[in-house]
Amino acid sequence: MAEEPTSVQEVAAGLGSVGYLPGESTALVAFLAAKLGKPVLVEGPAGVGKTELAKALSRFLGRRLVRLQCYEGLDEAKALYEWNYRKQLLRIQAGASDGESSPRTNGWEAVQDDIFGEEFLLERPLMTAIASAEPVVLLIDEIDKTDQEFEAMLLELLSDFQISVPELGRIEARTHPVVLLTSNNTRELTEALKRRCLYLWLDYPDLEHELEIVRLHLPDLQESLARKLVEIVHQVRELDLKKPPSIAESIDWARALLLLGAEDIDATLFRETMSVIVKHRTDLDVVAERVGVKLEQAPAA
Amino acid sequence: MPPPQKPIYGTLPDKAPGSFDGELLAFTEDLRSEGVAVGTSEILDAFEALRHVGWFDSQDFRETLAATIAKSPDDRRVFDLVFERFFFRAAEAQAVRLEVSEPQARAGEGGEVDLDELRRQIAQALQDGAESELRDLARLAIAAFGKGDGSGVLGVDVQRIRRALGLRTEPQPELPPGDPRRNGMPREQLRQFEQQLRRELERALIERTAALPPKRPLSELDRALSGGPVQDLAAVHRVVAQLKRRLATQGHEVRGRKRHAHVDMRATMRASLQTGGVPVELKYRPKRPRRPEIFVLCDVSTSVTSASTFFLSVLHALHDTFRKLRSFVFIERISEVTGVFERERDFRAAAAAVSRDAGVADVSGYTDYGRVWTEFLEMIEDELHPRSTVIVLGDARTNGRPPREEVFAAIAAKAGRTFWLNPEPRLYWNYGDSVIAAYAQYCQAFECWRTDQLEEFVKALTKPAAV
Repeated sequence: MAEEPTSVQEVAAGLGSVGYLPGESTALVAFLAAKLGKPVLVEGPAGVGKTELAKALSRFLGRRLVRLQCYEGLDEAKALYEWNYRKQLLRIQAGASDGESSPRTNGWEAVQDDIFGEEFLLERPLMTAIASAEPVVLLIDEIDKTDQEFEAMLLELLSDFQISVPELGRIEARTHPVVLLTSNNTRELTEALKRRCLYLWLDYPDLEHELEIVRLHLPDLQESLARKLVEIVHQVRELDLKKPPSIAESIDWARALLLLGAEDIDATLFRETMSVIVKHRTDLDVVAERVGVKLEQAPAA
Repeated sequence: MPPPQKPIYGTLPDKAPGSFDGELLAFTEDLRSEGVAVGTSEILDAFEALRHVGWFDSQDFRETLAATIAKSPDDRRVFDLVFERFFFRAAEAQAVRLEVSEPQARAGEGGEVDLDELRRQIAQALQDGAESELRDLARLAIAAFGKGDGSGVLGVDVQRIRRALGLRTEPQPELPPGDPRRNGMPREQLRQFEQQLRRELERALIERTAALPPKRPLSELDRALSGGPVQDLAAVHRVVAQLKRRLATQGHEVRGRKRHAHVDMRATMRASLQTGGVPVELKYRPKRPRRPEIFVLCDVSTSVTSASTFFLSVLHALHDTFRKLRSFVFIERISEVTGVFERERDFRAAAAAVSRDAGVADVSGYTDYGRVWTEFLEMIEDELHPRSTVIVLGDARTNGRPPREEVFAAIAAKAGRTFWLNPEPRLYWNYGDSVIAAYAQYCQAFECWRTDQLEEFVKALTKPAAV
């Protein structure tokens, strides 16, 4: 689909058709993002589908996904653009050998103008998103991993959709990208950045919603089994764990159960397969103790 | 295609009360007064967004405003509370202005209501978590049990009706089996029901008096974590997990500004091979966050129990952020409990083990700070050095015993830094038998009874030592 969506319901249905079931506010904010052309800051615990939302949006809108994975120490050269200095060096050397006959000064001026042209510019994700002829979906993943200086650099891009390159001047966006920033909330982002974004808080989905998600990904799984699985995952999330299971992990678990051809989740099966959703040694103990025991008691009751 | 330009000089919003724009502006004012920073650009965004989203669906309307205005989970919590309060009041004010009144529910709906049956139905609906029915049920309950005009104090009326309905969180085994109240009501459901009751009572009150009562500012408790800090340790841990990840970046950030990064010659030389031996790119040594060595002294007498369990649990969850952490508990005597907290992951069990084994209460069970300082200094004197940090958690209430601040001063002098966390609000400091001022001259004293205050403190803790 190429044109812009016209209603929230359309976005919700569209995202659903590409395999992402949005919550109430998710569809609304996605719609607003496309409509207002504002970046969206998506926050929430790990594994609730923040990155997945961007992927689904790009599939739904029929746009290319440009992804910038943030990490500590990410700088402009890796995010925006870089001069291809090897190529520049080559150009200078080539110019030097060619220019034997011509007067030295002319050669130098030509080279000087030449080596700071677009030919020698290495585009990094942000530049790619801005300069693309087709509209794209730009995903800036885990923005909280970078330092504040980098955030400040993003401000120009996010509010005006332009990048200033000292040697070339200003590069303005030819098309309007949909921008998603995700954050695990490991540090408070600056007010300035937040002010430029729409805000979406994604949390673990409620039982019915997660059941729908699991069923969407694995239509072959029995309804009753899926329900039990989601119920258990919810119980596990209630516990005090180092790493609560994400949505992707409940889908993985469902897939594992399907492969094993399980009919019902009993205590033994749970013990054998729970490493799919629980991935910490102490967590394993806690879960086995709390949830495993409950499963054993369940048939007796 | 350039980004679509917003009309900058549009028409001024209509500020008259009751108009759409006016109400929305008043709402943002209200949010600001509760401490949510709402920028002008965000208000513009909200208006812009509302042009695209139907504002007649209350869910959409609310989410749209939230997406454009409330930009952190904390803000969102306040936003929801203020949203409820504001639009409830706005609707009521409008109703009073237009003299609309709700059809009276209490004018006997075709005879007597079966009170016992009503009790059972309400309990059942609460148990099932049928949210949409809550409001109707609250009205019925008021009609049936809220006789007369009430006491005039909403809280009292709410509790009176709740008691009349026999709704309790604890199990009531005397009830017949099959009664939904027998195993106790879910706490959260009950809280919601009480909220509905309060709203309906308030509505009725406004209708009777045809005036809005003064608005109640959000209390600190409303904003704080739901359920209170100690009731739900899993919630505490989630907060702590957050805190921990923040700390991981916090240390770096401060050090980055404060101290020069050192150039890593080896890595720089290696990188320069790519550019024919010209060191185009400088490589720096990674910065390591400060990992202080910490001694925690924690008062576990009854006056501060809840706060100390909370605090110890937080510190131990932060264990890997600190190089070395030793904890002590004290009442009249002092005792080391580092091992207990390392073994026990469940803090309820840990707290029980501490109170059982530590043997810190002698006779009276009242805190004796003077004695504790002396014992601590004897035990640990040789291990204190300028890079260690001592944290005391206590209310500094000596129960009339000598505070012995000179011993505390000796500890503070030996240690690099000394902090005092007081779980009492600053308002109560130095009242009664609190002698915090005597100790505060030797250390930095913080009040610490909310998670954000705790975060402030942990930030201070991981900052490089002050001069």
